[in-house]
Amino acid sequence: MTSSTRNRLFAVGALAVAGAALAFVAFGNMGKNLVFYWTPGEMLAQGSKAYGPTIRLGGVVQPGSLHWDAAKTHLTFRVADSDKPGAASVLVQSRETPPQMFRERIGVVVEGTFDGSQTFSSSRLMVNHSNEYRPPKPGDGPDKWKDTVSAPTAEAR
Amino acid sequence: MTSTLGTTLVLGALLAAAFGAVVGIEGGLRQRAGALKIVLGAVTAFLLCMLGANLTMVHALVTHDFSVHYVAQVGSRATPLVYTVVSLWSALEGSILFWGAILAVYVFAFARAHRHDPPTNPLLALGTMLAVGVFFAFLIAGPANPFGRVSPVPPDGPGPNPLLQNHVLMVIHPPMLYLGYVGMVVPFGIAVAALLRGQLGDAWMAVLRRWTLIPWTFLSVGIVLGSWWAYAVLGWGGYWAWDPVENASFLPWLTATAFLHSAMVQERRHTLKLWTLSLSLGSFLLTILGTFMTRSGVFNSVHSFTQSEIGPTFLVFLGAVLIVSIVLIAVRGPLLVPEGTLGGVASRETAILVNNLLFAALTFTVLLGTVFPLVREAFSGVRISVGAPYFNRMAIPLGIAILFLMGVGPSLPWGRASAETVRRQFLLPAGVGVAVVVVCVAAGLRGAETLLTFGLAGFVATVTLREMSLPVRVRMREQAEPFPRALWRTATRARRRFGGYVVHLGVVLVFVSIAASQSYVVHTTATLRPGERFQLGAYTVQMTGIRNGVDPHRRWTAAEVRVTDGNGREHLLAPRMNFYERSTDPIGSPAIRSAAFEDLYLTLLAFDQAGPSASFNAWIFPMVSWIWWSLPFFVIGALFAAWPERRRVRTDAAERVPVPSKARSPGAAA
Repeated sequence: MTSSTRNRLFAVGALAVAGAALAFVAFGNMGKNLVFYWTPGEMLAQGSKAYGPTIRLGGVVQPGSLHWDAAKTHLTFRVADSDKPGAASVLVQSRETPPQMFRERIGVVVEGTFDGSQTFSSSRLMVNHSNEYRPPKPGDGPDKWKDTVSAPTAEAR
Repeated sequence: MTSTLGTTLVLGALLAAAFGAVVGIEGGLRQRAGALKIVLGAVTAFLLCMLGANLTMVHALVTHDFSVHYVAQVGSRATPLVYTVVSLWSALEGSILFWGAILAVYVFAFARAHRHDPPTNPLLALGTMLAVGVFFAFLIAGPANPFGRVSPVPPDGPGPNPLLQNHVLMVIHPPMLYLGYVGMVVPFGIAVAALLRGQLGDAWMAVLRRWTLIPWTFLSVGIVLGSWWAYAVLGWGGYWAWDPVENASFLPWLTATAFLHSAMVQERRHTLKLWTLSLSLGSFLLTILGTFMTRSGVFNSVHSFTQSEIGPTFLVFLGAVLIVSIVLIAVRGPLLVPEGTLGGVASRETAILVNNLLFAALTFTVLLGTVFPLVREAFSGVRISVGAPYFNRMAIPLGIAILFLMGVGPSLPWGRASAETVRRQFLLPAGVGVAVVVVCVAAGLRGAETLLTFGLAGFVATVTLREMSLPVRVRMREQAEPFPRALWRTATRARRRFGGYVVHLGVVLVFVSIAASQSYVVHTTATLRPGERFQLGAYTVQMTGIRNGVDPHRRWTAAEVRVTDGNGREHLLAPRMNFYERSTDPIGSPAIRSAAFEDLYLTLLAFDQAGPSASFNAWIFPMVSWIWWSLPFFVIGALFAAWPERRRVRTDAAERVPVPSKARSPGAAA
């Protein structure tokens, strides 16, 4: 084996080790920073597996559940799979000021974590922006539903 | 009428591209010199058809011809003219049409520049580029046809996405990015030609380098402008979110940057040929992947327009390009024999080699985080995304290491450096770096990563400025030239080196401002009635009232505030919300008070006309505007580096022959 072949083998080996280490670190890091997109129903179905990881919870603000205390900037509401009575829903609390479009029946996405007390702590509240401004079609699931923003169209379903 | 004309022109482009691709590749492989003339004709026809199709669409947009599908989709009589023209690229089909035009311009420019070269390489390269043109023309003619007919003709349309007509940056940012993206097709064609021939000579390598530098510059500008736009328009108080679409533009930038560096090793040491070519192929693949991600609707973002049918077509094309690239590298790669060897451990080529590995690692981690959610959803149906903390945790150490190497590489000579050289070269810059950290700590700044970044920035800036000034000082001493002339002569004699260092200074600026604006951000929210105030850092923000207004295409509500800064000066700001007629969402416009070292950033979160009261989101971002101030560095540096060699030769000739001074001006020399 000539010295240049040995050098080359050594370089390839070192690169392989470095690549494997990078992949190991990257995958490990990624596993810790996954964000799950769930509706309230899907999240509740996960049971205790939903406690802990960052979740983007998408749904609609349940009618009659909205409480906003401007003095303490304390906001609570329930996010539901749909605005029909009896749909699966989760209590959300947030310390954010609600954005302008925020109201009952609107599509929202809240990012935060869920815990054993069955309360979702939101760190970020987004009214669902849609790029296309289309009304929902009949038969659209809740995931499509979030694409619409205005309460009247949601009611008109 | 318009529909028929547009479709005909697109079909013409498709035919021209297909014909030129076949003739070019076949002629190149069989080394038929006569084929070049035919291919040049095909390139011209392709250009004329593509430009014609785009002009047809612009005409339809401007005249509000709602019988054309795309106009009915994005046009509106209320939209101001400039945004009507811009809506050419504000939605899916139009943006791909625009894409086609840029592609045609690039291919044409390349054909013009190399029409007198020995024909084999240009034939193969043009054939490859036109083959890519076939795909895009097919896309425009078929799955993404903007010229479809609408019946009955609607009286008016919805107008472009309000987010895209809210700021003038939207007029420049997308074309810059497209010029960067599409331009990568040229290095791809050049690299494929080199692999098909199984040889990469110095001349062809220089061509490859220059044609990578051009799209690289546009891509850099496009990315910075994009982050500026996000900051000035979206109002979430940031400029980079590791959004899949941002990543899509960042990935080819990373590989192209790595290429520009490894190309220097290739030039000096005649090695790393296959690696360099692979980076060219990779950059193009990543632009196609990026286009797929942004245009197929697999991600939800400001950039993904609609759920469209073009996804599968793109995946097939992406697969085909990937297979062609791998086969070419496997079959023809071994023909590219290295003619030199790398130098010692302490040498510039080693620094560049490590830089390339770091860029590859960064590309891998960003790509992984971007594509992983797609793969996971495809296999398990679970919708997830990878959070920004992953990207930050991976990219920050790699970025810091890259910053460090930016100081190491230029300090070391090619070949081999003695321990003495290393000590002499690093003493001063390292001292400056340490001094920067000491000063920052004394000023009360904390955070290991941030301080390390500042220190390394001082180190790199010192190295770069020293390397730039050294030859200037030599000229001033030996030729007795005054400083401006010595600087200009140095800059124009070693243009690539000088341009590269200018860009490095811009990159240092970006590093510093990212570190500062991410680490020392201050944020609060508040709800105020008129007369009430809140404090943020040294600023006092007092609300004075709410004002409503009407523009032709929108209504708006602004909360007027009086800001008193740390020096007691008052500024009037008015963050506002815009209501577009056909959109259910209000679109916010943040108000930004920008100073040299920090920005005060206010957004209107909500308002109550009756109260009246308004809720604000407020941030202080230190040094954030330095990111946009890096733009001139990128542009000027790249202009120096990419300026054609020929001109310098002529200038030299002009200098030797005594001629009237007018003839020496750039206009006369060109």
